[in-house]
Amino acid sequence: MNPVWKRSWPIYLMIFPGLLFFIVFRYIPMGGLVLAFKDYDPFSGFSGSPWVGFDHFHRLFTQQDFWIILRNTFVLSGINLFFFFPIPIAMAILLNEVKLPWVRKLVQTTIYIPHFVSWVVVAGITVVLFATQDGGINKLLAEHGRQRMELLTDPSYFQALFLTQNIWKEMGWGTIIFLASLASVDPGLYEAAYVDGAGRWRQLWHITLPSLRTIVVIMFILRLGQIMDVGFEQIFLLQNSLNLSVSDVFDTYVYRNGVQHGEFGFTTAMGLFKSVVGLVLLLTFNRLAKKFGEEGVY
Amino acid sequence: MGKKFNLVADGILYLILLLIVLFIALPFSYILFSSFSTNAEYYSRGFYILPHKWTINAYGYLAMNENFMQAYRNTFVLTACGTAISLGFTLFMAYGLSKRWLRGRRLLNMLVLFTMIFHGGMIPTYLLVSELHLLNSYWSIYLTGAIFPFLLIIMRSFFASFPPELEEAARMDGCGELQLLLRIVLPLSIPSVVTIALMYGVAHWNSYFQAILYLNDSAKWPIQSFLRQFLLDSDTGMLRSVGSYEYGPPVKMAAVIVTALPLLLCYPFLQKYFNKGMLVGSIKG
Repeated sequence: MNPVWKRSWPIYLMIFPGLLFFIVFRYIPMGGLVLAFKDYDPFSGFSGSPWVGFDHFHRLFTQQDFWIILRNTFVLSGINLFFFFPIPIAMAILLNEVKLPWVRKLVQTTIYIPHFVSWVVVAGITVVLFATQDGGINKLLAEHGRQRMELLTDPSYFQALFLTQNIWKEMGWGTIIFLASLASVDPGLYEAAYVDGAGRWRQLWHITLPSLRTIVVIMFILRLGQIMDVGFEQIFLLQNSLNLSVSDVFDTYVYRNGVQHGEFGFTTAMGLFKSVVGLVLLLTFNRLAKKFGEEGVY
Repeated sequence: MGKKFNLVADGILYLILLLIVLFIALPFSYILFSSFSTNAEYYSRGFYILPHKWTINAYGYLAMNENFMQAYRNTFVLTACGTAISLGFTLFMAYGLSKRWLRGRRLLNMLVLFTMIFHGGMIPTYLLVSELHLLNSYWSIYLTGAIFPFLLIIMRSFFASFPPELEEAARMDGCGELQLLLRIVLPLSIPSVVTIALMYGVAHWNSYFQAILYLNDSAKWPIQSFLRQFLLDSDTGMLRSVGSYEYGPPVKMAAVIVTALPLLLCYPFLQKYFNKGMLVGSIKG
């Protein structure tokens, strides 16, 4: 037997199950995207269903739903980019200023926990706290003689609820990358600044903040590449028939109209639109981040 | 002067941190303590954190509620089997891909990486699962999420950090690749393997949408999917009482607590492993 092959075949055998997974459950569904150009009929299957060309896309771009979904996606992503994104950075800077190790450890331990809790549990806590009748917040309001608020169903509270949940769950976990960046700053810099008479604010301004600049810009650019993805599970769990006008995004629409109502062709077209735009954005912004990383670091 | 300034600055710093810790901890505590409330107190008294009268009625109700217990058992099965399957797929493939001399390695890596940036989406995957007759079977859940490319890559990088001499020495001693992996490489990789297993375990424990998507029979649902339904069905469809235990808002709180509990108990282990910085390093790299 060929020596290279003799050495290789056990390795290929080990890779095979994983490879099979990627081919069957990742690449075959990509092939299934041809449904976007077909009128899917369950009885004729993938290949038997008739071609309809760009009909689904024509319908997609002329339907008002699509523009509402696109707007909601951008608004929710924008909320994450501008209101959520700075919080872990600020949090990391605060933690970096803590000189007592046990305080730091305690705070870190607490704020990481929610990351490991499921969205269902977070949604459960939200419901229990914000429900109109027996929710804790509304009990508090009623006690102080205020009107009860429809926090879960009134569309005007949806975005604030979305942001609050995000902050609660991911604020702590988000600090890790910035803390790692701060930990790599040479302590000699702080000592030198101290010797030169720089106080805490000046050390913060001239050492801590500049040392975060590169990673912050890179993370921001990477986030820009992900604006089509807005936490499907979270939104799905917060969604109800009353707040659809602000909470409907691509995946929730696809689930409702595709899986539940059987509009497979049309929703596949919508999924394809999202995937392709997502891919283009991701590649563009990743390249930008890489370029910036090289310039910024070296 | 300088010292006083620090006192003020530190005071503000610790105050902000205290508020943040409270922001995280209060919702948890509210749910935890309310779950020990009596129905009467919950309805009649206004907002409170600590109940006057404590009872384990809510937990008794859940323990006697066959549907809840069934879902809870389902989740244990799904988490155990799902993690084992994911771990097997991931470790073998990662080990294989860590061999620099392997032909086709670059192509295989590209194949994996591409799935991280582009996917077929919900509908084609759903129809595939349906055509494979996996709907309503736990295999739909085990297989559709068998490998997380991110964890695969972490594990591959870790295996690649072993010196090639190790492999050569093992081969000289007549040790095959499988033996090398099982007897030498894996025992040396226990912390990494545990980290990966914990990550898969958390994901499986927390998974709920796949069950809603693929399992029509709600008796097969895991606890997460059951909990969502349980909280949505505001009081309808629930038995008023099971044995001597009564249904009421504290039961909902208890259900949330019990669902989150195993993770909270595992948290010290999780923290021990992610603190080692392996995951952080890989995120950065």
